[in-house]
Amino acid sequence: MKARITITLKPGVLDPQGKAIEGALAGLGFGGIEGVRQGKYIEIEIDESDPERARSRVDDMCRRLLANTVIEDYAFEIEGADVPGSTGDADPDVAVQMGEGE
Amino acid sequence: MKAAVIVFPASNCDRDVATVLKQVAGAPPRMIWHGDSEIPPGTDLIVLPGGFSYGDYLRCGAMAAQSPVMRAVVAAARAGTAVLGICNGFQILTESGLLPGVLMRNASLKFICRDVTLRVEQTDTPFTNRYGNGGVVTFPVAHHDGNYYADEDTLDRLEGEGLVAFRYSDGAGEVTPEANPNGSRRNVAGILDPGRRILGLMPHPERLADPALGGSDGRAMFEGLLAAVG
Repeated sequence: MKARITITLKPGVLDPQGKAIEGALAGLGFGGIEGVRQGKYIEIEIDESDPERARSRVDDMCRRLLANTVIEDYAFEIEGADVPGSTGDADPDVAVQMGEGE
Repeated sequence: MKAAVIVFPASNCDRDVATVLKQVAGAPPRMIWHGDSEIPPGTDLIVLPGGFSYGDYLRCGAMAAQSPVMRAVVAAARAGTAVLGICNGFQILTESGLLPGVLMRNASLKFICRDVTLRVEQTDTPFTNRYGNGGVVTFPVAHHDGNYYADEDTLDRLEGEGLVAFRYSDGAGEVTPEANPNGSRRNVAGILDPGRRILGLMPHPERLADPALGGSDGRAMFEGLLAAVG
């Protein structure tokens, strides 16, 4: 299975890199930009067939290493889960959103 | 004073701090590799030096915080051993959960390498007992990610409990926005744990600890440690 993890700064945390990107885009003539926030994207291949277990493991990885929850939120989806009982239809993704205030 | 300096891949201030420790304590510190899992018994002081441990991958200090030696450092800190984290060492202390908050990219986005002036906010600590309260010291900074961030409640608690050890100030000790080199909340340059046995700071006392280097304000930190921890 593959986990696709997105890490973003929490609302209210100043993002000077996002501000610099915003300024550069304005310098290129892109108008109407109301804000830019920069984050990280991580893909992880996991040897795991159970989507619930995969979700639990990825959540643990995010908390313990991938995100610093002092300033960052994380969200992820699990792709390629073989769902028991399904018959070869496209596998549903398992998506998890982590908000503030855990 | 039995001191230990932790050496991570891409630490680059480990030998600077070892030089000062040898000058002050008379004996060289033990250099402990990041893959080791033990701190020598009887260690009085652990130093996490400056540098770019693990190439600053993921976040500054994040990888080092997971290294085998850090489990031993955390255990020693919990048992009361004094721990000094300088620059990257401060980042590692926050990533390890030994100190609150996080060091973010400088507000200017620039790497800053110059001397700064700091106001000493606490002198009742093993690290600062040789300084005058409210006194001003000059230490160099050299960092890209020294912008201290914590939420308002945490900042209030740090201030309320007297755990802000150093603030960026002007030469007269006034804490002003102009004296803040990196955007740190409330000009925080260094903080203590509630037990006042752990100090993390971005400026480098070890880099101005000998008149031959242009200043010696940093030396008093190590002399104070020698007096406090034996």
